[in-house]
Amino acid sequence: MTELTLEESSEKRELFEKQIQAGEKIEPKDWMPERFRKQLIRMISQHAHSEIVGMLPEGNWITRAPNFRRKKTLLAKVQDEAGHGLYLYCATETLGIDRSELVEQLLTGKAKYSSIFNYPTLSWADIGVIGWLVDGAAIVNQTSLAKTSYGPYSRAMVRICKEENFHKKQGYEIVTGLAKGTPEQRDMVQDSVNRWWWPSLMMFGPSDKDSPNSKELLAWGVKRRSNDELRQRFVNLTVPQAKAAGVTLPDPELRYNEETQDWEFGPINWEEFWQVVSGNGPCNRERMKARQDAHSSGAWVREAAEAYAEKQQRKRAAA
Amino acid sequence: MEASAIQKAISDLPKDCRTPLTALLLRLGDDRLILGHRLSEWCGHAPILEEDIALANIALDHIGQSEALLRLAGLVEGNGRSEDDLAFLRDAKDFRCCRMVQLPKGDFAFTILRQFLFSTYSACVWEQMQKSPWLPFAGIAQKSLKEAMYHVRHSQEWTLRLGDGIEESHNRAQEALSSLWPYTAELFRESEGTAELQKAGIACSLSAVIASWRERVEALLKEATLTIPEDDTALFLSNIPTAQHTEHLGHLLAEMQVLPRAHPGAQW
Repeated sequence: MTELTLEESSEKRELFEKQIQAGEKIEPKDWMPERFRKQLIRMISQHAHSEIVGMLPEGNWITRAPNFRRKKTLLAKVQDEAGHGLYLYCATETLGIDRSELVEQLLTGKAKYSSIFNYPTLSWADIGVIGWLVDGAAIVNQTSLAKTSYGPYSRAMVRICKEENFHKKQGYEIVTGLAKGTPEQRDMVQDSVNRWWWPSLMMFGPSDKDSPNSKELLAWGVKRRSNDELRQRFVNLTVPQAKAAGVTLPDPELRYNEETQDWEFGPINWEEFWQVVSGNGPCNRERMKARQDAHSSGAWVREAAEAYAEKQQRKRAAA
Repeated sequence: MEASAIQKAISDLPKDCRTPLTALLLRLGDDRLILGHRLSEWCGHAPILEEDIALANIALDHIGQSEALLRLAGLVEGNGRSEDDLAFLRDAKDFRCCRMVQLPKGDFAFTILRQFLFSTYSACVWEQMQKSPWLPFAGIAQKSLKEAMYHVRHSQEWTLRLGDGIEESHNRAQEALSSLWPYTAELFRESEGTAELQKAGIACSLSAVIASWRERVEALLKEATLTIPEDDTALFLSNIPTAQHTEHLGHLLAEMQVLPRAHPGAQW
């Protein structure tokens, strides 16, 4: 990359700021501040990694899905996640970084992924509750991100949101079915809600006052709403759904505030949040090991594919 | 097809065809259910992301085919068993799948070589069965053939890459082929009552596709620089009637059927 003079740089920066102000999308070929590029790489690749690691907890139940319909939808869902991961890696590559480098960052622990996937899936009900709460939370976040200032990310979000809505619907259907089922099924689904509710709220990230990146990202229009705003929106959407499904959210402090029209909730255990983020969650090590194993035991496959492609290329050149 | 049209087609079946047709549909459905299960085990663990997607897709196709075949098997059988009853509440001894599909997923070379051998067989079978004048079956065959052609293409491409890639991939592919080969003869073993089905023109015999299968498989394996082992053991292995299944099937079913078995009568 050629060095810019100070003058050029400030002109370009001005144009960039104007584009942001006007609500125009920044496209891969547009000039952008290095910091903007870095933040986007961090954010989009973190999102891609989350899709990939997210395949593991749900993949855990594919072979035990209870009937054809559930088996097919779960398998298709996990496959969608792989597709989202691929799509998001491609979006990240538009910022001038290679997918192999991004994968390396995940496998060495340099890059993060959503902490929610460091919790275990212990029963079939978790497949329903993940669809409902985890995908539900992701949709709230991603609907906001669909308006993000970086073009490729925004377009990826629009597409991904459509599929996530489908996943949420399927998840909620499982939850409502179990809640109307046998006593064992009702226990199963309530236990699952108890385990996933708080981690779902943590998915929106630290409280605004403790979120180091938020201010800059909001100013650049990369993020459109703060973590706390999105979390509140999610709670407001979810409380009535829980009531309709016939499950109880495990928060005795949950109450409706007529004035703000918000469902107020009890304190989040931020100690747990930071512990899981820093690698001490119930499944962090297992998840990383599964990814590392898949990568290392697939090395010879990737090498073979490359070698074969080269051989074919040589043959074609010689012909 | 409409449910009423299927019922009509079933009631029009010659009497002596119902049992052999049920057996054939169960066999075809069970093969795909068990192989689909094995393929789905890769989801999240494949060598590259594109293969997570591809293998999940192929697994989905197999499970979907199995669903249609078992549903029809239940209807032809006429005892009120649904496709879910047949998949999730049947014991291992009543499964009719071949042994090749039961084997654990192994490494990527094993999965690919098995898929190549099986999908090529599948394509040969569906090419014939789609001509069946018995429409409920022909319909499944036509749809399945389209999918099988894609699976053949995918597994052929990978067989070439692995066989003719690097030394390690070649050795692994060769080892996979050598260990799978003895199980291939079983694919063509006739089910009971095939003669009645052939006489009524409903289904072809499975042994009729062996030549076509062999030709396609040999050509591609040669291009992939892989060697087919001697056939003798294959015939022997496939002809021991008491070794109907591998030990792996029971474990697989214990996992697959755990929820419906643990919660009898529950809806999911």
